[in-house]
Amino acid sequence: MIEVKNLTKRYGDKQAVNDISFKVEKGEILGFLGPNGAGKSTTMNMLTGYISSTSGQILINGVDILEDPKKAKSFIGYLPEIPPLYMDMTVDAYLSFMFDLKKCKLPRKAHLKDVCDLCKITAVRGRLIRNLSKGYKQRVGLAQALINNPPVLILDEPTVGLDPNQIIEIRTLIKKLGKTHTVILSSHILPEIQAVCDKIIIINKGVVAANGTAEEIAKNITNEHKMTLRIEGSTGTAADKQQVADAIRALPGVKYVRADMEREKGIYDYDVEAEENVDIRRSLNDLCREKGWNILMLQLSDLTLEDIFLKITMGETLSDSQKNSKPAPKIDISVKDGELVASTAKADEAPAAEDESADAEEKENGGDQ
Amino acid sequence: MGAIYRREMQAFFISGIAYVFLAVFFLFSGIFFFNGVLGMGTSEVSAMFSSMFIIVLFLIPILTMKLMSEEKKNRTDQGLLTAPVGLWSIVLGKYFAALTLFAIAEAIVFIYALILGYLGNVIWSTLIGNYIAMLFLGAAFIAVGLFISSLTENQMAAAVASMLALFMLYLMDSLARNVKNATVSKIMTSLSFYSRYLEFTRGVFSLSSIVFFVSAAFLFNFLTVRVLDKRRWG
Repeated sequence: MIEVKNLTKRYGDKQAVNDISFKVEKGEILGFLGPNGAGKSTTMNMLTGYISSTSGQILINGVDILEDPKKAKSFIGYLPEIPPLYMDMTVDAYLSFMFDLKKCKLPRKAHLKDVCDLCKITAVRGRLIRNLSKGYKQRVGLAQALINNPPVLILDEPTVGLDPNQIIEIRTLIKKLGKTHTVILSSHILPEIQAVCDKIIIINKGVVAANGTAEEIAKNITNEHKMTLRIEGSTGTAADKQQVADAIRALPGVKYVRADMEREKGIYDYDVEAEENVDIRRSLNDLCREKGWNILMLQLSDLTLEDIFLKITMGETLSDSQKNSKPAPKIDISVKDGELVASTAKADEAPAAEDESADAEEKENGGDQ
Repeated sequence: MGAIYRREMQAFFISGIAYVFLAVFFLFSGIFFFNGVLGMGTSEVSAMFSSMFIIVLFLIPILTMKLMSEEKKNRTDQGLLTAPVGLWSIVLGKYFAALTLFAIAEAIVFIYALILGYLGNVIWSTLIGNYIAMLFLGAAFIAVGLFISSLTENQMAAAVASMLALFMLYLMDSLARNVKNATVSKIMTSLSFYSRYLEFTRGVFSLSSIVFFVSAAFLFNFLTVRVLDKRRWG
């Protein structure tokens, strides 16, 4: 449906997008993930024909966007980062204008009604766009993209600036649309991409840093067998700490155990690391059953996409400080045959990243009360 | 083109620009008509029409200032440029919307001709020639204003720059007189909008001047299209 070959965009000396290639099949949702300024919007603007590429080729439904822009554009519904809304028009007048602009041949009244129902903006159809809330404006922008039922939807940060409820609504809508459309979606928010997309492209400094399905990317980084345990010992005092830690350490395959803080009264957390390719969860369970301890929590601290993302962004800040020296250092992630391979992270760096991501997660879930 | 034309026409009236434009146009043309024609007890309209040049010069930028600059500023140009329409459709849609509003203003001012016709003897061919000349002058000026509007994101800058540019065109004759180089001077005179327009007020219907105005309109619309096209490659 969409084919991008060696896409490059240069602004003067600055390489905004450098040699990006990918393919999106019909009915797929592709997520573009990257920090701000990574080249996501530039890529999307090229895909939609708003700006031209310096080199490379874009085929939409087999049509080259530079050779037959009108035809290629007719396949695309585009929601730019800032929705192209005319503030002094009513929602109805605006959608009607877009209907004409896209030379839509569908029955006007019924089609606009469908689109409004889908985006849940029926209630505000008569209102001036100027007076709508940010969430509604975004939805009007989405409605505009849906007019004429384009087979391809390109959405640039569709949830930015929305409140959590609206974010969930838009996500659900995008997922629903993904069943009938080919969707490309960009975001710098990882859970969003994970929640919605079939395929993920991580882009940084204008180059593809990782490319694959969400599972593929996750699977390739789960070789660090680290976990956090919360175990209730038999005495419920600090004496448990040593006893439990020693017992776990004695399990085959365990490399490292560290008793952590008292998170609940008389109950301690333990950080455990096993050797690669050894799953100690079952033997751990047996041990606890035998001793009469209770496992209250077991959390695998495999690298999540969040960690990869943090690494990439850290790589970026790193290279920012050395801007004058050559291109960005290739982060600790490399791509092999479309699969993402995380080189074993430096021991002192990885835990810090995990802590940060755990904090971020906690915040997002509104703490764990 | 139709969609953009209709939207711009709506926008003129919603934003109030249309009312300001029409009101000021009627006010000044009314004053010129009253003072220069009715007050003098004559049906000689050349003075009135030559004064109209100045009004058109200052009012056209008000019509055109927003047309392209606002789109860029509000990023609505992304909607237009990613829709399956060509650049010419976008530019001409806007151009003809402004031209229509100008034509409406002129059509209403035609009432002066009817008043004159009722009061005295009118040479209709000259009078109508004047109206036609004004229409084509406006057509050329609108293209200039639209072009300047496409160069900036700031509508005030577009308005002021357009007024200056049109004023320079107006001054072209007097500037040309002070240019020593005969060739340059000649080129400048031949580019003068004002002298071409004056021919009509003197009762000469000059087809070459009409062609001149139409060419100017085409040239500036073409330049606007180039500006939009070039922005994609920036």
